Amino acid sequence: MASRKALQPNRDNGDKYSVLLPTYNERENLPLIVWLLVKYFGESGYNYEIIVIDDGSPDGTLEVAEQLQKIYGEEKILLRPRAKKLGLGTAYIHGMKHATGNFIIIMDADLSHHPKFIPEFIEKQKKGNYDLVSGTRYQGNGGVYGWDLRRKLISRGANFLTQVLLRPGASDLTGSFRLYKKKVLESLVERCVSKGYVFQMEMIVRARQLNYTIGEVPISFVDRVYGESKLGGNEIISFVKGLLTLFATT
Amino acid sequence: MTKLLQWLFGVSLLGAVWALVSFDLLDLSLPQTYREVAWPMPLYLLVSFGCYSLATVGYRVATFNDCEAAAKELQEQIKEAKEDLRKKGLKV
Ligand SMILES: Nc1nc2c(ncn2[C@@H]2O[C@H](COP(=O)(O)OP(=O)(O)OP(=O)(O)O)[C@@H](O)[C@H]2O)c(=O)[nH]1
Ligand SMILES: [Mg+2]
Repeated sequence: MASRKALQPNRDNGDKYSVLLPTYNERENLPLIVWLLVKYFGESGYNYEIIVIDDGSPDGTLEVAEQLQKIYGEEKILLRPRAKKLGLGTAYIHGMKHATGNFIIIMDADLSHHPKFIPEFIEKQKKGNYDLVSGTRYQGNGGVYGWDLRRKLISRGANFLTQVLLRPGASDLTGSFRLYKKKVLESLVERCVSKGYVFQMEMIVRARQLNYTIGEVPISFVDRVYGESKLGGNEIISFVKGLLTLFATT
Repeated sequence: MTKLLQWLFGVSLLGAVWALVSFDLLDLSLPQTYREVAWPMPLYLLVSFGCYSLATVGYRVATFNDCEAAAKELQEQIKEAKEDLRKKGLKV
């Protein structure tokens, strides 16, 4: 009994974690992120599933996902593709509908979010019975890799402005590496109206508004190695718009 | 109450107190020094808040962690993962 427990220390408590991986042209990153997820979930022994939501990537991400499903099994890797690029926000909603876990983990598939932090998220959640746990680049040992001074300045400046205006009770609002109780995520998604970039920010601001408890875990954010960024462009403009909207409506 | 309303409320409250003291609107016959101190107060507050903001953001930019170790670890894990996935039959 003792030895079985040591092998799979966290299997028996009934909790299950559904990881949502939205992908668009992540052919190179997807196998790596899945491998890392399997590795860290395997080591920590938590029960999990990985839900890949691919939006018809022209680079054939879905085909790679199918291979991964063969390798790791259909209970572990679920494919919930959509025919065309419909955006990140709806990808989460779509994936969540198919999730069987009582907890949901949202992360990028581009290796910026390292699965090694997931066991820390889970421990943090259990410790305080938090409704959501958010990764933060701005506290403790958290940080970034591959950012120049300009990007750091914009990031810190935007974060400071947001903290002053919204007092959200969380230090990283635009990061999207988070663990939610499934019910909490469902109720948040229902209320959130923003698209794209601002969506993450709205989620955590509304969470605070609804008196959900928020735990934080410092994470290191390593800029994507493979593939291209899909956001960018007028990121700053949409950020300011979103910030002002939240300022006036929450 | 939205954050916007909270701000408007706070600012008008402060503004009212400031106007009361600076212009002695209620004829409380406050000492002249009170009025002299109160009158330029908004400017002082604004400037000190500006300085505080610049200092805070500057400090946070300067102390923003560069996660060299994490990047290196990831690179090594990528190698290991590719190797292992190839063995498991993944074709990229
Ligand atoms: N399903 C789906 N996934 C998307 C869509 N847009 C982006 N993604 C995925 O969402 C995650 C985050 O997108 P990124 O392009 O990395 O955005 P970012 O992290 O802000 O930008 P960079 O890391 O700087 O490239 C990645 O896993 C993308 O593949 C979309 O329209 N549909
Ligand atoms: Mg990214």
